[in-house]
Amino acid sequence: MATYSTNEFKAGLKLLLDGDPQAIVENEFVKPGKGQAFNRVKLRNLRTGRVLEKTFKSGESVEAADVMDTEMQYLYNDGEFWHFMVPDSFEQYAVGEAALGDAGQWLKEQDVCTVTLWNGEPLSVVPPSFVEMKITECDPGVRGDTAQGGTKPATLESGAVVKVPLFVEEGETVRVDTRNGEYVSRV
Amino acid sequence: MSDWRPGAAPARMARARLLAGLRAFFAARGVLEVETPVLGRGAPQDPMLESWEAQAPDGARGFLQTSPEYPMKRLLADGAPDIYQIARVFRAGESGPRHNPEFTLLEWYRHGLDHRALAREVVALIADQAGLSPEWRAPRGCEEIAYAELFQSALGVDPLAADVAALERVAAAHGLTVGGELDRDGWLDALISLVIAPGFPPDRLTILHDYPESQAVLARPCAERPGYAARFELYWGDLELANGYHELTDPEVFRQRRARDIALRRARGQPLPPVDRYLEAALESGLPDCAGVALGVDRLLMQLLGVSRIDQVVDFPWSRA
Repeated sequence: MATYSTNEFKAGLKLLLDGDPQAIVENEFVKPGKGQAFNRVKLRNLRTGRVLEKTFKSGESVEAADVMDTEMQYLYNDGEFWHFMVPDSFEQYAVGEAALGDAGQWLKEQDVCTVTLWNGEPLSVVPPSFVEMKITECDPGVRGDTAQGGTKPATLESGAVVKVPLFVEEGETVRVDTRNGEYVSRV
Repeated sequence: MSDWRPGAAPARMARARLLAGLRAFFAARGVLEVETPVLGRGAPQDPMLESWEAQAPDGARGFLQTSPEYPMKRLLADGAPDIYQIARVFRAGESGPRHNPEFTLLEWYRHGLDHRALAREVVALIADQAGLSPEWRAPRGCEEIAYAELFQSALGVDPLAADVAALERVAAAHGLTVGGELDRDGWLDALISLVIAPGFPPDRLTILHDYPESQAVLARPCAERPGYAARFELYWGDLELANGYHELTDPEVFRQRRARDIALRRARGQPLPPVDRYLEAALESGLPDCAGVALGVDRLLMQLLGVSRIDQVVDFPWSRA
């Protein structure tokens, strides 16, 4: 069983705490000059996404979480699972709805995503930062209409809805930043 | 790569001004500047301080000082007048937003003063230094409070009477749980550092005096408060700046505490550096009645400039030293 001592703590390190894999977001060393040292740690639960703070006596060891980020290509959805493949090994993984989370709305076949595995099981999926998708539904734009700040909602082929400028039309392909869900440009 | 560059340019002039100001403060008060070795043959046994070991070319062991306390006390036992030193000190493993393993410590000793009187001189020194530049922050007000009273008023516990389970409950009631087993002093430290001090008003100085005897280090037992020692700490806001003692002069008590520290180190599997025999001999010869204090110069500079991280006042922190 791999463990990390508090003096190895740094942002990004993955620990197994309360039965869940958790990533260190922030680690602060606190110590009175003549007293006991502590590590105050902000952790993100990789299963639930919740962030919490924990304090450790410095020098303590904590079990490491067997968590690995792997680049995988999105293949298809069979109605229940989303299937991904490691391009080098052709190894396939089926991801359930809970682990997929919000990433589902940005998935396009062939796109390469980061799949986080915990003990070999998919834990979460991060889509590419930018995706290019076709607009499947959108009202025709009226030039000069700024009633909605110059944007209108558009539905993409994945089902995601983004705000696009009025001049963008149905059937066009647009580039979207998946981190904030914002339209970037026409392609 | 630009990580060769110094990182604290805005603080550089201020540091030079502060160092000159500290020397002027002591010159005006007739306190003598001294220098003692950075590298010693022994090290303190305090289980809360880890010395940084250096290997001499002839195979002899050397230890970078965690403070200049031991040699300065040898000077005092030899008849030195009031003395001060601006020293570079090293504490292994201490690295964080408010810690750099190498830092600058101002340490001084005053004959005939007790810890409370010396604490007030520290306050005077800070006020004096804050006046060096109109752009620097100055503390507003100072609260003097005994350790026991602070625990009583802030948490409603008696720090000596409460056992580990009671302290753990108090911590939990304030949202603090700690991974790893703590003894009573460990819980008291956790409560001070993580619950009480964060509530100190940011502009105020706090003199916290008369620490539990289990945390006496080299302070003499408190005559008027049994179970406590004549030790103080000074905070600016929630930042601990200085630690001082009405100095322990009794070599027998010194030996007892050292034996307890060594036993603790052994039990916890910590390194056991060689004992500094010279300090014990100096105490046997006779340390005059005096009080001493060590103040973190980098942290004082942080507060004067109103910055929150030590690497904002240190050009080359250990990660890039």
